[in-house]
Amino acid sequence: MIWQVDLLVLTLVLICGFFVLRIKDLLSAAILYGAYSFMMCLLWAVMGAVDVAFTEAAVGAGASTVFFLAAIYRTTRRTKD
Amino acid sequence: MRKLALLSICISGLLLIYATGDFPSFGDPHSPAAEHLSPHYIEQALEETSVPNIVSAVLADYRGYDTMFETVVVFSAALACFFLLRVHNASPRRRFYRHNLTGVVLHVSGEKKIPEGSVHFERIDSKWTPQTPIVRIVSRLLTPFIQLFGLYVIFHGHQSPGGGFQGGVILGASFLLLALSHDLRFVIGRVGERFLSIFNSAGVLLYSGVGLVCLGLGGNFLDYSALSAIMPVGEVAARSWGILFVEIGVGMTVMASMILIYNNVASEGRWDEGL
Repeated sequence: MIWQVDLLVLTLVLICGFFVLRIKDLLSAAILYGAYSFMMCLLWAVMGAVDVAFTEAAVGAGASTVFFLAAIYRTTRRTKD
Repeated sequence: MRKLALLSICISGLLLIYATGDFPSFGDPHSPAAEHLSPHYIEQALEETSVPNIVSAVLADYRGYDTMFETVVVFSAALACFFLLRVHNASPRRRFYRHNLTGVVLHVSGEKKIPEGSVHFERIDSKWTPQTPIVRIVSRLLTPFIQLFGLYVIFHGHQSPGGGFQGGVILGASFLLLALSHDLRFVIGRVGERFLSIFNSAGVLLYSGVGLVCLGLGGNFLDYSALSAIMPVGEVAARSWGILFVEIGVGMTVMASMILIYNNVASEGRWDEGL
C-alpha cells in the first residue's frame, strides 16, 4: 500500500460522499454516487480484496447508477428538501 | 432538533474512530481473526475443494448458507419491485407511431393500435428519445462481448476473481446497455417477463436443489462431496463441481433480477414505454 495514493483516494471518497448528500440536482448526485463507488472499488483493490472490488465496480458503479437514472427519469430531477 | 442530531452523530462518530484504535493493524498475522479459521482456509482450501481461488471456495462451499440466502435476498428484491410497481390492467394510454418515409407522427389513443412489426410505422415513446445510430450500433456490437465476459467471469470464478454475483451483474448490465441505447421494448422483445421470472426463480431453485441433492445422498445440506455418489469424480472434485453449479444458479438469479428491477422501475410497472 502506498500511503499517498490511499490518502488521495480517501479524500476523494470523502468529497464525493459529502456532495452526494448536499447537492440538490439528483442526476448529479447519482453520477457522484457512481464516482464514490468507483473510488471505493479502487480502495478494495489496493487492499487486495479483488473479489469485493469487482463486485463494487459491477454493482455500485454500474448497475445501481442505472437504477437511479431510471428512478429519476420517472420522478423528478430536483430534490424537495 | 437538527443541532441535537448533529451533535449525537458527531459523538458516535468520534466514539467509532476511538474504537478503531483497538483493532488489530491491517494484515497482522497475530490478530484473532487470522489465528483460527483463516489458516485452515489458506492451507487446506486447495486440498479439500481443488479450487485455487480461496474466496470462491469460502463463499460457495464453506459458507454456502450465507451465499444461498444472499441469492434469496436478490430474488426477493426483484419480487418486491414486481409487487410494488407492476400494473397489469393499466388504463389505455396514448401511443405514438412514426411513419418511416414521411416522418409524420400519428397519435393513437384508446385500445386501437397499429400491428407490431409493421414496416411502414415505428412505435416511438412519448418522453424517451433513443440515442443516435452511432451509439445504438456500437452498443449492439459490444453486447455479445460483454455477455461473453460475463459468462467467463461466472465459469472462471474458480481460478480468478469473479463468480456468480459479478458475472450475473455483467450479464444483466449488457441488457441494461441495450435498453439505454435503444428503448425498453427492444429489450422486452428479446427477454420477456415470463422468461426472466422463470430464470429468476430457477437460479434459487438450482442452488437449493444442489443442497437438497447432497442431503438426499447422505451428506449435509450443501455438502458437495456427497455429489461424488452420482458423478464419476472423486469427493474433492465433486466439491469443485458443486461450487460451479451453485455459481451458475447465483448468476441466473442476479442477471434476471437486474433486468426485472430495471424494467419495472423504468416503465413504472407497465413494461411498455421507458428508457
